[in-house]
Amino acid sequence: MKAELRIKNHPILEFKKEKILKFKFEEKDYEGYEGETIAVALHASGVKVLGRSEVKNRPRGFYCAIGNCSSCLMIVNGEPNVRTCVVQLEEGMKIERQEGKGELLWKL
Amino acid sequence: METVELLIIGAGPAGLCAAISAVSSGAKVMLVDRNDTLGGQLIKQTHMFFGSEKQYAATRGTDITKILLAEIEKYKENIKIYKNTTALGMYEDGVVTLARNDKYIKVKPKAIIVATGASEKVLAFPNNDLPGIYGAGAVQTLMNVYGVKPGNKVLMVGAGNIGLIVSYQLMQAGVKVEAIIDAAPEIGGYLVHASKIRRLGVPIYTSHIVKEAIGLDYLEKAVLIEVDEKWQKVRGTEKEIDVDVMCISVGLTPLTELLMQKGCEVKYVPELGGLVPTRNENYETSIDNIFVAGDVSGVEEASAAMVEGYLAGLCAADKIGFRHDDFKKLKKDYIEQLHSLRAGPESDKIRGGIAKIERRAQDV
Ligand SMILES: Cc1cc2nc3c(=O)[nH]c(=O)nc-3n(C[C@H](O)[C@H](O)[C@H](O)COP(=O)(O)OP(=O)(O)OC[C@H]3O[C@@H](n4cnc5c(N)ncnc54)[C@H](O)[C@@H]3O)c2cc1C
Repeated sequence: MKAELRIKNHPILEFKKEKILKFKFEEKDYEGYEGETIAVALHASGVKVLGRSEVKNRPRGFYCAIGNCSSCLMIVNGEPNVRTCVVQLEEGMKIERQEGKGELLWKL
Repeated sequence: METVELLIIGAGPAGLCAAISAVSSGAKVMLVDRNDTLGGQLIKQTHMFFGSEKQYAATRGTDITKILLAEIEKYKENIKIYKNTTALGMYEDGVVTLARNDKYIKVKPKAIIVATGASEKVLAFPNNDLPGIYGAGAVQTLMNVYGVKPGNKVLMVGAGNIGLIVSYQLMQAGVKVEAIIDAAPEIGGYLVHASKIRRLGVPIYTSHIVKEAIGLDYLEKAVLIEVDEKWQKVRGTEKEIDVDVMCISVGLTPLTELLMQKGCEVKYVPELGGLVPTRNENYETSIDNIFVAGDVSGVEEASAAMVEGYLAGLCAADKIGFRHDDFKKLKKDYIEQLHSLRAGPESDKIRGGIAKIERRAQDV
């Protein structure tokens, strides 16, 4: 899946993919490129389901990809509700699917 | 609290042009965008633009961004640009709160231009929330900004210009477009675009809607059905197609939340995409010193967004005491450009919508 989703030849665009970043998704090893958002790196690796909905436990993927719709919220390095469609991938990130609303890291 | 003369929220074409116009009038500007890259929707638009020469027609959206950023660069002493900065709230006492990386910032500008753009609409049908069903802008971002295909077989929903252009871009990226459908009996986009796509072998089904999406964890199939003149489903006309992506291209709706929180008057105007702020000819809302420009003031296209940006930037700067040497001449020119952009018969709806939100008899 991975190889086929990345565009190799494009008539007008060129994509610079230089530095490979390693990260963990659901405790497994994955790779993406520097400059990509978390959701893009996951999508390119064949991961479509980013979380589950609160009430009916339905699968969630991204929808708007501009940080608007909340469909792509995931747990990143333990922090819930990260908009993975706009947050850039970093080396060593630990990414998990989020179920429902997520827990606050600190209490009031 | 940071002191700011003019705060511009959103650095798409409207916000960038507003910034250029305001600094060239002598104002000091703070320009914030929640993204890491400036340019808004333009950065993913690889096609040549329609519009007229003054608004860079026949230039690719991606290149227009570069032209505007080079212009901004000239005034960099007077523009503070904050990327990765989301405007969170606009309060009664004039304070605006911003989240920048993990910091919470408060500013109290003398005037604000809201240029937050628009967000993609969704469609109602069973299983419309399955992964694999994406907005057209999202599909564009994925393939034109990041070089990643959304999937292998696509159903495009919506045959307006955006649906047609994105279908073409999908084919350029090597993705198969199985079909384009539209509920309306006619294709909404320009016929030149439609013919180009048909020639490449993609069927366009008008009077068709999505009956349902099928899939367990993600989209595997879509079921289409015909509708009659009364938009009722015609039984027995179902078609099942194997697709892993459904691209929803049924329009945008203005991002007016901040304006509503502030208490600016908004009206529901379907021709302009939903709830839009009322404004005068200077693009000032019902609240003094709060201006708007671009898709947030009514969804149109980038050419209008840019001219609105120039106009709002000029008038906002003037309002806080920085009148451009050529103020009158420029203002007249921008208003005329907007008129001519909206002159054609295809802009009937836009003109009708604007008539509902423009407050007249304001100072010039
Ligand atoms: C597929 C497609 C094809 C198109 N083709 C054409 C074409 O050929 N010709 C044409 O003229 N137009 C075209 N358009 C339309 C054009 O892109 C838009 O009309 C234009 O980008 C609107 O500009 P804007 O500045 O109002 O908004 P945007 O470009 O959406 O920019 C808004 C900016 O505000 C930021 N923002 C939003 N909320 C906040 C917040 N709370 N805090 C901080 N920042 C925020 C966003 O990150 C964004 O960068 C097309 C659009 C699409 C989707």
